Amino acid sequence: MPFIPHTEADVQQMLAAIGAPSIEALFDEIPEALRGASLEKIPSGLSEMAVSRLMRERARQDGGALNFIGAGAYEHHIPAAVWEIATRGEFYSAYTPYQAEASQGTLQLLYEYQTMICSLTGMEVSNASMYDGASALGEALLMALRVNKQNASGRVLMPQAVNPLYREVVAATTPAQGVQPIAVAYDPASGQTALDALKAHGGSAPTAVVIQQPNFFGVLEDVDAITDWAHAQNALLVAVVNPVSLALLKAPGQWGAKGADIVCGDGQPLGAPLSSGGPYFGFLTSRMAHVREMPGRIIGRTVDLEGKTGYTLTLQAREQHIRRAKAKSNICTNQGLLVTAATIHMSLLGAQGLAQVASSCLRNTAQLTQQLTAIAGVTRVFSAPGFHEVVLRLNRPVAGVLAALAEADIFGGYDLSERYPELGNALLVCATETKTEGDLARYAQALTAVLQQQA
Amino acid sequence: MTEALIFEVSQPGRCAVAQNPGAGVDHGGIPEALRRRDVPRLPEVSELQAVRHFTRLSQRNFSIDTHFYPLGSCTMKYNPRACNTLAMLPEFLGRHPLAPESHSQGFLACMFDLQEILKEVTGMAGVSLTPMAGAQGEFAGVAMIRAYHRARGDAARTEILVPDAAHGTNPATAAMLGCTVREIPTDANGDVDVEALRAAVGPQTAGIMLTNPSTFGVFERRIHEIAGIVHEAGGLLYYDGANLNAILGKVRPGDMGFDVIHMNLHKTFSTPHGGGGPGAGAVGVSERLLPFMPIPVVGRQGERYRWLDEKDLPQSIGRLSAWMGNAGVLLRAYVYARMLGREGLLRVAEFATLNANYLAARLKEAGFELAFPARRASHEFIVTLKKQKQELDMTATDVAKRLLDYGFHAPTIYFPLLVPECLLIEPTETEDRQTLDSFVAALVAIWDEAKQDVSKLKGAPYTMPVRRLDDVRAARHLDLRYQPAA
Repeated sequence: MPFIPHTEADVQQMLAAIGAPSIEALFDEIPEALRGASLEKIPSGLSEMAVSRLMRERARQDGGALNFIGAGAYEHHIPAAVWEIATRGEFYSAYTPYQAEASQGTLQLLYEYQTMICSLTGMEVSNASMYDGASALGEALLMALRVNKQNASGRVLMPQAVNPLYREVVAATTPAQGVQPIAVAYDPASGQTALDALKAHGGSAPTAVVIQQPNFFGVLEDVDAITDWAHAQNALLVAVVNPVSLALLKAPGQWGAKGADIVCGDGQPLGAPLSSGGPYFGFLTSRMAHVREMPGRIIGRTVDLEGKTGYTLTLQAREQHIRRAKAKSNICTNQGLLVTAATIHMSLLGAQGLAQVASSCLRNTAQLTQQLTAIAGVTRVFSAPGFHEVVLRLNRPVAGVLAALAEADIFGGYDLSERYPELGNALLVCATETKTEGDLARYAQALTAVLQQQA
Repeated sequence: MTEALIFEVSQPGRCAVAQNPGAGVDHGGIPEALRRRDVPRLPEVSELQAVRHFTRLSQRNFSIDTHFYPLGSCTMKYNPRACNTLAMLPEFLGRHPLAPESHSQGFLACMFDLQEILKEVTGMAGVSLTPMAGAQGEFAGVAMIRAYHRARGDAARTEILVPDAAHGTNPATAAMLGCTVREIPTDANGDVDVEALRAAVGPQTAGIMLTNPSTFGVFERRIHEIAGIVHEAGGLLYYDGANLNAILGKVRPGDMGFDVIHMNLHKTFSTPHGGGGPGAGAVGVSERLLPFMPIPVVGRQGERYRWLDEKDLPQSIGRLSAWMGNAGVLLRAYVYARMLGREGLLRVAEFATLNANYLAARLKEAGFELAFPARRASHEFIVTLKKQKQELDMTATDVAKRLLDYGFHAPTIYFPLLVPECLLIEPTETEDRQTLDSFVAALVAIWDEAKQDVSKLKGAPYTMPVRRLDDVRAARHLDLRYQPAA
């Protein structure tokens, strides 16, 4: 029996100790009419060898392509040590550190993580993670609503240049608690959130203003001006950022005169493989003044009864297992193992390594943009500077071009025409540090060929 | 033997050189005003220093792989290593969530098969895998119940009924969806007070959230009647799958009359708990909630698999995550389900229940008081130390901390809240009898120690990296990140 260690003698001795005639008798409190699931549609069990063969065959079907899609999930090199250590059984098969004395490894690591992510974002306090970037934004807005007693309308100015999937998650998860997102247009020439469009909402007492840096188009926003404007409206500024970009970009804590109030985003670029979209982790940082309104687990440093340093879950009075219906959030399990990986990842890269990775991404994307826009029928859409993604316009529908590229095992980017039809045949392309000059050339050649064939 | 913070072993200028792409740092076209002004405080260590530091930290943890971990309500069973190895095949790790369907058939086939397996074990009509943890599965469930009533023009149904023994997430979730919560009392035998339920339902009832077996570790015997009462009043039934391990292969939530269920795949399907996640909280629904499932779902047309999204499910409650939830966790659950297969899944509840009842019988024989002595244990059971507290001042916390010295992770303590000084013990099916026997021996030895001198317990643990921690100080003097002395 897979993973069940009992011998026949064990079963008999155990039943005798219980005083039950059979295992089936242990279920005698379940009404007879309900019993007897047969599971006939489930296949018989496989040995580890057989299931390995099945999974390897399935994996092989999906592999081998050269990927230029970003759109919120980014391919980066992950040091071999990261997952070797993160999947050690002591991290992998432990649970939430309820018994702090027997969980000092996880707890100290989380405290180190909180330090690193606070420093990257320029903020004072971090929780121990959320599910992903999208749900972290939802939680950040609910937190803003709890914090901002002055503008309590729940209106949130939400640029259309914020990742559309994040906006969909916010729409699905927060309106029942009073968040009302209001769309704010982007400037069709620069690709930046239009200050005029934002200012049209002046005097509407928004609870929060969201800004993503770089935005979904890869374009850099004028974060200082927007932050100061938000604060002039007594709104909180909620920043959505890519942690790798923060090696080069101004920390949200330093935006404008007073800095962002809540910062969130997806931690995936810090050591989480693409992995079909998860597991990733969301991060959430803020000012110390708002710590009691934060959702999720928070780790604190303290001392034991001998005065020795130790780490523990703290401020638990905010959480569902204590507060029940009055909790700040229903979250309990988060993404601990991914934070473990990210903390090891950040330690191996250091500030210097992270800056080199970010620079490399910038250079590769600039080079790819140059090569692709040299092809007849390909133009760059937005004028403002960007980070490691760029929007290109093709002279024919994107879907057909991407399908043809996929036949050549190249994923050419994300088709924007469904969620941004006003941009026409627009494509979002990303080149991270993982791409070589040869990769960039291969993409340019394949795109040239496809556009010629389809001409 | 403290382990220094990694920042304290950091040296300016040191780094793990092999991890740098090596082309230098430049800011490209980033305007001056948008550039970073300070250097972030990340460690400056060699690769060996990092590896040694985090390996040492790992050794300061209890885990399933190192210790018996009978944490009630959490189903800490063995996480087969094959599940990890096969979910981490390079092609699965490298697959971008937006990869075209032409290059995703292997992954989508696994997800489709997993949906079918979960439908069969729960007896539900449809499954969506997207929720990223149990709490998000609960959110999806209550959101679907709300969407169902609204779609029928029945918008006044905003009250969610929750037994007083429920997990804290249940009322917290209902509140997140703008529902009011009404608690239903439980009787002395651990069953929901059916008469109180009958009096509570009405035109305001959106539904009831139930865990079965309940958090008391006993099966809700009048479930059929409860389903009838709630359905007749126009409400729906939500099954909190936290305790699905107790009934897997024995009785299906769909057959009990539930309309929606979430499953904690990190419990019942043995995916790792990871020191606090990632989980996976797949939801199953009855026929009438099919249109409302969270997206995306995997569909099959002929031999091809494809995503179903808002175009296919226009009444969906929407997206709960940017992509399709914790895909890597779902792959692990799939491998687990295929290794166990039909016969293996049928045995899960049997041996989880055998182990729990055996442990309960042995502890009762040793003089410990069970919270529900007249009942069968399910996959878990409760010991109350009320008597020991009164006579010896031996509390649940004392026992939990002293157990660590004996090499056992503590059971869940002080939950459910209604049982004084309780230990909620869940051994799971993957533990052998000898381990259970040594756990009994440890509890007996600890009780003996308390009879000699309870202060021995008050000082525990003695053998962990730290002694008992000052939680009050942690909350009063918040120290939430490292800041070097100026």
